[in-house]
Amino acid sequence: MADPIRLTSPLPSPRPDAPGPAAPVRPPPPGADVAFDIRDFSLWYFAHQALDAVTIQIPRQKVTAIIGPSGCGKSTFLRALNRMHELSPGVRIAGEPRLNGENLYAPQIDPTMVRRRIGMVFQKSNPFPTMTIAENVLCGLRLNGVRDRPLLRERLEQSLRMAALWDEVKDHLDRPGTSLSGGQQQRLCIARAIAVRPEVLLLDEPCSALDPIATAKVEELIHELKRDYTIVIVTHNMQQAARVSDRTAFFYLGQLIEYADTRTIFMNPANPQTEAYVSGRFG
Amino acid sequence: MPAAPAAPAAVPSAPPRRWPDVSFRWLALLAAATIVALIFLVGWELYRGAHLAVMKFGVNFLHHSVWDPVADDYGAWPFIFGTLVTSVIALLLAVPLGVGTALYLTEIAPLRIRQPLVMVVEMLAAVPSVIFGLWGVFVLVPWLRDNLFVWLKKWLGFLPLFQGPIYGVSVLAGGIIVAIMILPIITSVSREILRSVPNLQREAAYALGATHWEVIRLAVLSYARRGIFGAAVLGLGRALGETMAITMVIGNRAEVSASLFAPGYTLASVIANEFTEATTDMYLSALFELGLVLLVVTILVNVVAQLMLRSLAGGGTGKVQ
Repeated sequence: MADPIRLTSPLPSPRPDAPGPAAPVRPPPPGADVAFDIRDFSLWYFAHQALDAVTIQIPRQKVTAIIGPSGCGKSTFLRALNRMHELSPGVRIAGEPRLNGENLYAPQIDPTMVRRRIGMVFQKSNPFPTMTIAENVLCGLRLNGVRDRPLLRERLEQSLRMAALWDEVKDHLDRPGTSLSGGQQQRLCIARAIAVRPEVLLLDEPCSALDPIATAKVEELIHELKRDYTIVIVTHNMQQAARVSDRTAFFYLGQLIEYADTRTIFMNPANPQTEAYVSGRFG
Repeated sequence: MPAAPAAPAAVPSAPPRRWPDVSFRWLALLAAATIVALIFLVGWELYRGAHLAVMKFGVNFLHHSVWDPVADDYGAWPFIFGTLVTSVIALLLAVPLGVGTALYLTEIAPLRIRQPLVMVVEMLAAVPSVIFGLWGVFVLVPWLRDNLFVWLKKWLGFLPLFQGPIYGVSVLAGGIIVAIMILPIITSVSREILRSVPNLQREAAYALGATHWEVIRLAVLSYARRGIFGAAVLGLGRALGETMAITMVIGNRAEVSASLFAPGYTLASVIANEFTEATTDMYLSALFELGLVLLVVTILVNVVAQLMLRSLAGGGTGKVQ
């Protein structure tokens, strides 16, 4: 990880913007409904260029799907949004991805702060095996130094309800997070990500390891969450992209080929490559 | 389109010979059985050798603290005590150091220096025990006597642990030498354990906005804690049986003292030292019984360590996620 320039002292002192009780999503700057404003963003792993001058505006409180064949850079793009890619060796970037007008890569910005504001859910569910269900959900808040018990309890229930998991786990919150089924674990991870009230939720193929019923539940959840969150989802599954997203971006060989309303991408794409991909002719 | 090729002519073949298979199976079984038989033989021989002493002293042998070959009066307590105390000291020193090194090697060190560092740690394991002993006698013990022990006595002298005359050779010196000797095994086992923590766990913590240290604490250490405990127990197994180096620095006096500056004796050391001079049957038998005690304790410790490490194979809580 690149050495961050710290704005804040490390744990256990609470971070300055530890979420308060109400913790609303940051009010959008007036007149802006763009969450991410990204222009000419490129990324290299050593000498290999993984993203090539991507320019994209991701709207607030909408679901944006990123599709494309394997190796097209869609996961890399997603991980660049919350600076997770910095954990891999040999990464270089060019460009200034902005969230709410603020450069995420500005030298005074601490990547851990970026990740606090931009939550992420992974392909495989990864609850912490030594923690209970409740501890898993609350661990982000605890990291931020929240010690207020009533608030923690309230957040626990809220987050689990938002993740549509509360009714299934409310009677055994002290069981290990790994005692749940695969689909439940993935929803637990979503609850864990939203418990800190991030501004954006990144989903990296969240359903690829789930059965159809669990997938349906997570998709329903994405629909619910979009009222409060800006969501970016990477998916291999084009039906899924068509079902859950408002906007769809098609990546190919590190380039953004086409970006439009989901309906347009699937019904009437402008680019022949997009057309070939969504109709299943390659990829 | 050409016609389908005719079925290939059957290759003439003799019926397979069975005897190489059968004899190989028996040979392999024999090899495996030898190991098992050896363990039981060693245990049995020790017991036979110790029979005389077991009959005479019974359970008292374990907590009797006199070791007097002249009067043919034997008790194991000073040696059990010395072994336990040196092992505990060794663990207290080696576990934090070993786990810390392993963490550095897996989580922090830049990639290009990891491999050289691992090699250095493994070289430590290759140093012969007697070399550590020599170094202990000529370097470590004088240094401890003139510096560390003086310092400890000055500042922590109110504790019974750090009172009494300073000779240099002592239980504490023995513990330190053993700590150095078990450091490689604790480091390399911990390192394997830490490497087995899935990257997804680290990413989960990073994605919540954890700092590097928080990731290590939340995702890595808690996932690996049981395995690290197993590594420590494995180190304990080594520490209990360590003989050569510790014999050279512990002072070899069969007494029980609260002070870590006092000389002591361990089970392994006394056996190595006194076997040649055991002139009476009872003396020899008492030494055998010490060996039996040591064997039983070390086997138990090792079994526990193996069980803990095995249960880890599936995940941090022994549960596959």
